[in-house]
Amino acid sequence: MEIPEIKKDGKNVIQTRDLYKIYNAGKGSEVRALNGVSLSVDKGEFTAIVGPSGSGKSTLLNMIGGLDEPTSGDVYIDSINIIDLKENELINFRLHNIGFVFQAYNLIPVLNARENAGFIMLLQHTSGEEIDKRVDALLQAVGLEKQALKRPNQMSGGQQQRVAVARALASKPKFVLADEPTANLDSKSTSDLLDIMVHLNKTEGMTFIFSTHDQRVIDRAHRVITLEDGRIITDTQEPN
Amino acid sequence: MKTLILIAWRNVWRNRLRSGVVILSVVLGLWSGLFVMAMTQGLNEQRMQSAITTYLSHLQIHNPGFLENYDKLDTLSHTSVLEGQLDTLPHVRSYSERLILQGMASTARGNYGVQIMGIFPEQEKEVTSIAGQLTEGTYLNQLKHNPVLIGEELARRLDARIHSKVVLNFQDASNNTIAASFRVEGIFKTINSAFDQGTIFVKYEDIAGLTGLQGKLHEVAVLCDNIQQAAPVKARIRTADQVETWDELAPELGYAQRTMSSFIYIFMGIILLALAFGIVNTMLMAVLERKRELGMLLSVGMNKKRVFAMILLETCFLVLIATPAGIMLAFLTIRYFGEHGIDLSVVAKGLESLGMGARVFTSLPATMYLDITLMTLAVALLSAIVPARRALKLNPAEAVKPI
Repeated sequence: MEIPEIKKDGKNVIQTRDLYKIYNAGKGSEVRALNGVSLSVDKGEFTAIVGPSGSGKSTLLNMIGGLDEPTSGDVYIDSINIIDLKENELINFRLHNIGFVFQAYNLIPVLNARENAGFIMLLQHTSGEEIDKRVDALLQAVGLEKQALKRPNQMSGGQQQRVAVARALASKPKFVLADEPTANLDSKSTSDLLDIMVHLNKTEGMTFIFSTHDQRVIDRAHRVITLEDGRIITDTQEPN
Repeated sequence: MKTLILIAWRNVWRNRLRSGVVILSVVLGLWSGLFVMAMTQGLNEQRMQSAITTYLSHLQIHNPGFLENYDKLDTLSHTSVLEGQLDTLPHVRSYSERLILQGMASTARGNYGVQIMGIFPEQEKEVTSIAGQLTEGTYLNQLKHNPVLIGEELARRLDARIHSKVVLNFQDASNNTIAASFRVEGIFKTINSAFDQGTIFVKYEDIAGLTGLQGKLHEVAVLCDNIQQAAPVKARIRTADQVETWDELAPELGYAQRTMSSFIYIFMGIILLALAFGIVNTMLMAVLERKRELGMLLSVGMNKKRVFAMILLETCFLVLIATPAGIMLAFLTIRYFGEHGIDLSVVAKGLESLGMGARVFTSLPATMYLDITLMTLAVALLSAIVPARRALKLNPAEAVKPI
């Protein structure tokens, strides 16, 4: 398979080239979580990465998010190869460029919905006024303006995940990575969350990349990349 | 930073029971450590004060050879010049002139070696507390002929009572053995049983006449306004005789006083070390329980410095709550028992043999509270480093994985 060149035309937000993640490399129990993945994601895409358990979905998301190092290959965010960044630079890069939504929500339990949503902006030293404005808008967008002062343990799973989406979007990242965002949600919450994300994708032009098993998410995605044994086996644009 | 402080503060109260246990352990650790130290310090001060007020006073002046073998001929020179200085020197509250002889006190019951202190009763009353420690009889002012004050323990051994006859044997200036009959006028009891067994007080004129040492002195005990004036007053006394401060005369007292400070820090260090292990354990548990949360913070871009600072802040908050409470509790109990004392009469005999009273009054210098507070904060910060470092070693990708 031909390895694509990295384009620097500004159209692609994410490009990976020949990405490998091999656990226990050189040993008998070698596991190839990623086996030469090359892909590019354009700005504003709403992409689902699907595949069976162990196909490499989460590993790929971790590589794109700079949370894990590949064994080899490159990950370009815009024109920066994040593999070359030092640890502190990478943390800072994540802070300013990537929004994360986790399967288990991972909100800060001691902060209320409003504080959680504005947390990343606080880390970025954004002014209080700007945070208030942005958080108000986002909580309204995710339908949680009335739950603003509730802490995570006072909210349902769906509400917590909506706060997590608001948190991911608050700092206006280049893209949002969501690892199985609907895995712990019921169908109503899943539907509500997807509506919100699709709306934000349209209104804010935000790029979303999901890993998912959930057919409801796949049905709403514009593009579906299927992984198996660490390789991309299909990459289809859905006619949404 | 404001956000970090807010999160750290709220994190402290996430597990109230666990934080409460840590806070309580620091409070009790500090309180018990400081209280035991105050008790020890109190006992030590009492021993020192007892020695000073019973016989030592703040300064003593002797012929340079006198304390080596207590030779009755080693008397002070130029006593009138010395008296003139002591009468005018600032910070000298009073002084007592003494003639000291080694001798034997005998009754029909037996005889015991004693130190005979020939004193001027009115002078002595201003320097030592013997006059106030009489359990029976009067203070060398009722009997006209050869009255003597003896300790309760010696009275018991000699089976002597008030007005009992006691024969004192000693040598005069020409080394002749003198035996003179005295009557017990008073029986005293200090908190030092060894002193009570081995010391008797007689009037200077009674003993000086018998020994042929009329007008001579072996010792002048000087009481200053306070203990801190001992050294400055010593420096101002101009004499060919030897002037020594209380801690030079009884080095074991001075040594005990000096080592007590070091001992307090060592003792508190041990308590704080134990507390440190408790803090490390608790904070490590808190970090490991929050792996996913900390992993999320690292994932979304909270840098390691901030994560480290957050864990340190949490520990600091715990200790900042506990330390004032522990110090305040210690301060209040030390102050209360400093006024009312702790009854240790169960072990009174043992304490008296060491020159300590059966009621101990707790005491701790104010600077010690500040030092211990700073030590506690330092130990807390150091003990927070282990869990904070553990938090930094988390792999965010692993930490955020759902269970």
